[in-house]
Amino acid sequence: MTEMSYLDGNMLDGPLRELLAVDLSAATGRCASCGMVGPMAGLRVYAHAPGLVGRCPACAEVMLRLVRAPDRAWLDLRGATYLQVPMPTAPSFPRPL
Amino acid sequence: MTAAATGGRVAAPLGWRVARLVQRRVETPTAQTLVLSVPDWPGHLPGQHVDVRLTAPDGYQAARSYSLAGPVDGDRIELTVQRVPDGEVSPYLTDVWAEGDPVEVRGPVGGWFVWRPAQTAPVLLVAGGSGVVPLMAMVRARRAAGSRTPFRLIYSVRTPADVIYADELRVRARDDLGLDVTYLYTREAPDGWRGEPHRVGLADVNTHGWPAELEPLCYVCGPTGFVETVADLLVGLGHQTRRVRTERFGPTG
Amino acid sequence: MSPGFQGRRRTTDPALPPGQYLTEDFPVLSAGPTPRVPLDRWEFVLATETGDELRWSWAELMALPQETPTVDIHCVTRWSKFGTSWQGVSLDVLLDGVDTAADYAQAHSYGGYTTNLPLDDLRDGQAWVVHGYDGEPLPAEHGGPARLLVPHLYFWKSAKWVRGLRLTVEDEPGFWETAGYHDYGDPWREQRYQGD
Repeated sequence: MTEMSYLDGNMLDGPLRELLAVDLSAATGRCASCGMVGPMAGLRVYAHAPGLVGRCPACAEVMLRLVRAPDRAWLDLRGATYLQVPMPTAPSFPRPL
Repeated sequence: MTAAATGGRVAAPLGWRVARLVQRRVETPTAQTLVLSVPDWPGHLPGQHVDVRLTAPDGYQAARSYSLAGPVDGDRIELTVQRVPDGEVSPYLTDVWAEGDPVEVRGPVGGWFVWRPAQTAPVLLVAGGSGVVPLMAMVRARRAAGSRTPFRLIYSVRTPADVIYADELRVRARDDLGLDVTYLYTREAPDGWRGEPHRVGLADVNTHGWPAELEPLCYVCGPTGFVETVADLLVGLGHQTRRVRTERFGPTG
Repeated sequence: MSPGFQGRRRTTDPALPPGQYLTEDFPVLSAGPTPRVPLDRWEFVLATETGDELRWSWAELMALPQETPTVDIHCVTRWSKFGTSWQGVSLDVLLDGVDTAADYAQAHSYGGYTTNLPLDDLRDGQAWVVHGYDGEPLPAEHGGPARLLVPHLYFWKSAKWVRGLRLTVEDEPGFWETAGYHDYGDPWREQRYQGD
């Protein structure tokens, strides 16, 4: 049963939305280790730990870590090359920001 | 448009709101549906969940996630809670929490494990135990929207007494065109059920699901081991990984 | 406040560090999949700052003098457990005769976990590589075949599935220490997060 001790990336949405205005579980991420691209909701999240650890479902490397202290939070996304976030359609991209 | 209806993007980080118990309904000997009143609830999509947080007199806090069981109804939300023996939060919610008493909720959360009535692809729902809750929210939303999207629900329970929403599912399966409901029993089957009690297997998913060629959307919710098994079976049957959406829940309660 | 909510039973006890509660069971915490390490391929590697390496196979570890410490353990997630009984080899034995000028050690594990500690905290009967718990082989979910045991620091320092120690001149933060947790982690001073 110990191999079954993870949850889905869906559960990251609540804790992350304390920090961020977007729903990252609906975002797409690229694993910095193996290059797999997929929904952040598909990460394997180890929650019985001092923080939340989101691992790539393909290679099991860490893509995201979130540690929450009473008065601070740490978010480490170095295991994700990028996050692609759905946005409302805006006209005429690309253009200078 | 609510924040949830625009695809989960919101204007500000999400905080905790005070919710009060309005009503409770007994679903099974161990599961209850709790109706909460949450002022200024922004709305939600079927499949989303909320985090519930309890605070003890000395400041100690415990939080758990629960799926929303019903469609949007103003300031009211419904959670169905399975009482976990020796759990920390669920026994409080089912046995101690009194009408009018406050808890904190944060949500709605989760923008991936959702079904939108505008979607037209056939849907396979596979539930293990109380994993039926977010899937029932989809069944109810389908009816509320008058959707004709074909739905199939495979619902694995230990015994007939463990079926949550049994009466409503009987009515839904009879009245909702295009909704099929199949039960699997792992410990004890009702009289007249064909076959022996068993854990979900390839034949169940193959017979009662959709062929992969139809490109259905599959939603699987239950304990981690159950979800693992079903997701592997679906992918083995040729379903694309990204069309198999999963929601695992852990052992804590 | 939620009227009538108590949560897990919490006791105040002089043997409990601040902010901790007592538990009778042994919660399993894990930041990743449980590695499975066959004993015939297991090894423990002690590497000094100059690159010298000492290696022990499972049989060699078992042949060393064994101790049976009974200690209280304190997890940063706020549970403490009293009187846990272990079997293993003191770090004093493994570090005996090692020529080093390092002040720190970074423990590393099968599965990739790391954690950092001052080398002095691994000496003088304060730390062990343990392979037995409660008279039985250490179960994989609790760090078997072998884990570090450094009970005077928060339990994340007691690396599960330990594979070796790298002695370092500088303090090199490990897995949790690079994500906000304290570099030292003294439960009696409640050093949970960076800056505490």
